[in-house]
Amino acid sequence: MFDIDRWREIFQSINKNRLRSVMSGFTVAFAILLFTLLFGIVSGLSNSFNSAFNDDAKNSMKVRVWKTSKPYKGLQTGRRIQLSNEEYNYVKDEYANKIEYQTARIYKNFTIKFKNEVNNYNIRAVNPDHQFLEKTIIDEGRYLNESDLKGKSKVIVIGRLVKKDLFGEKQALGKRVNVNGSSFLIIGIFSDEGGDNEERIAYIPVSTAQMMYGNNDHISQILLGYNPGLNLNAAIAFGHKMERDLRKKMNIHPDDQSALSVQNMAEANKGVGMFMGALYAIVILVGSGTLIAGIIGISNIMIFVIKERTKEFGIRKALGAKPASIVGMVVQESVLITTIAGYLGLSLGTYILTLIGDSLEEDYFIKDPSVSPIIVLGATVVLVASGLIAGYLPAKKAANIKPIVALRAD
Amino acid sequence: MIKIEKLHKSYPIGKDALHVLKGINLHIKEGEFVSIMGSSGSGKSTLLNIVGLLDEHDEGDYFLNGQLIKNLNEKKAAILRNKFLGFVFQSFNLISYKTALENVALPLYYKGMKRKERLIVAMDYLDKVGLKDWANHLPNELSGGQKQRVAIARALVTKPKVVLADEPTGALDSTTSDAVMDLLKDINNEGMTVFVITHEEEIAAQTSRIVRLKDGVIISDELTKVAKAI
Repeated sequence: MFDIDRWREIFQSINKNRLRSVMSGFTVAFAILLFTLLFGIVSGLSNSFNSAFNDDAKNSMKVRVWKTSKPYKGLQTGRRIQLSNEEYNYVKDEYANKIEYQTARIYKNFTIKFKNEVNNYNIRAVNPDHQFLEKTIIDEGRYLNESDLKGKSKVIVIGRLVKKDLFGEKQALGKRVNVNGSSFLIIGIFSDEGGDNEERIAYIPVSTAQMMYGNNDHISQILLGYNPGLNLNAAIAFGHKMERDLRKKMNIHPDDQSALSVQNMAEANKGVGMFMGALYAIVILVGSGTLIAGIIGISNIMIFVIKERTKEFGIRKALGAKPASIVGMVVQESVLITTIAGYLGLSLGTYILTLIGDSLEEDYFIKDPSVSPIIVLGATVVLVASGLIAGYLPAKKAANIKPIVALRAD
Repeated sequence: MIKIEKLHKSYPIGKDALHVLKGINLHIKEGEFVSIMGSSGSGKSTLLNIVGLLDEHDEGDYFLNGQLIKNLNEKKAAILRNKFLGFVFQSFNLISYKTALENVALPLYYKGMKRKERLIVAMDYLDKVGLKDWANHLPNELSGGQKQRVAIARALVTKPKVVLADEPTGALDSTTSDAVMDLLKDINNEGMTVFVITHEEEIAAQTSRIVRLKDGVIISDELTKVAKAI
């Protein structure tokens, strides 16, 4: 229902009473501004935490081995522990339903040579699932697959920066490079959000590496992605169980962290999740407090305003205004002021957040602070509702005063 | 036009009730120019408020334009006021942030008339009260007499059946009072019923019928020389 005359009345009333309109708007604008800033900054903190773990899959686990630090079953301290295909397959069979992705990893450092360009690179020998655990993004060609592994193919997937170093802008896919003396076919080029170091590496099949460099079945690490269906606690329990089982299998002391450990993203996530949850709870508490204070502020002003206008309402009623038209006018005015003021606060807050941008990332761990559209939508609903309530209750009361009483008011 | 029978009204004051109108019988025909006289506290303003549907009576019957007024809610009362009644108040009661023209046009807004149309009509009525040149002035830029003329234009703009004037000259000096009374006479001559409340004999003498009220009862009801002259 759009009533141009109603709007004219409202703008006239706002315009003729600028100070009080600005005052009531200011309360709301300020409350929303504070709310936006608070929320934005906490979301910035949350972004920092998330991006710190963004490089790898959120459900990733890592089995790492080194030297024993405790004697066990007559075996000495300082014994070097070596993972092999046996453990890899044991994990695969034992926990099949708890695992989404699984890969072995062998670290090598070789020179890669193409024509006259030559450089030293970290090379990871892996299984195909590695792509999902490392969140590798394929730009050209493809990643390693099962038949590469079976055939122990001499194929290589190189990082964006490796390609840049060796090929510049020229085509690299399908070319052959010399890796530590052997010729490898480039089947893919990838990028990674983990930064430059993650893009200056290359991947080859784990089976190829085992055959060519040592002719054994050793592996450096086992990487897993636990089943996303598991909740955090179940995932943590799974990590502990696998750690115990592997230590037992490899004759390691049950508490020997140094010899074999399972690094579990679920534990880190749980900590961060609890921390962020607490932070958001505080922000919501403080933020709603600010909003409520703003709403109470505008309600107070509206009560005052309506008292001041009681006589005017009396005149209007004597001239034939229905109570509903008076309530409607006041409510519409109040909603208009709160909405406009609220959006001013919101825009100013968002603008300040954009100004802050990433400038606080280094010192305060606040990255790209912003408010989500849902928050904006929620704030709008709260604003309109508060304008409605702030206007409606006192206006309803004023409109029901008998005109004779209202006319007597000063 | 207005028919009142055995009308009673009392106001509660603490535990007691103040009995203001004690059985008023009054019949005003269409086109009459009536004044209600009485000292303060005689109940004359209460009577006008009830006639003007600004207040409710306790007992008795009130017919406005043949319609029994009973159990009106605010909405119905607002419609009837807009349709049948025009008000002129002692303190003018203009809306301070609206110009003379907008004040006059306001009742037409509540009648549902379009803006263009109602501004034309309002200007017509301002012209009638001789204030066309002051149309865009705010009330505080007008003299008392001018304000009251704006108020009269506002009361007339909906072409009501009855104009109710509560001490219309109470806040004016004698010259401007006469001008306002002349205006009301003109209105009456055009056939509109005019109902004036006053405590000034000279004002009442200019109407055609004087009803005197004392302590909530009518003590006299007679035609004036003006009426007899016609």
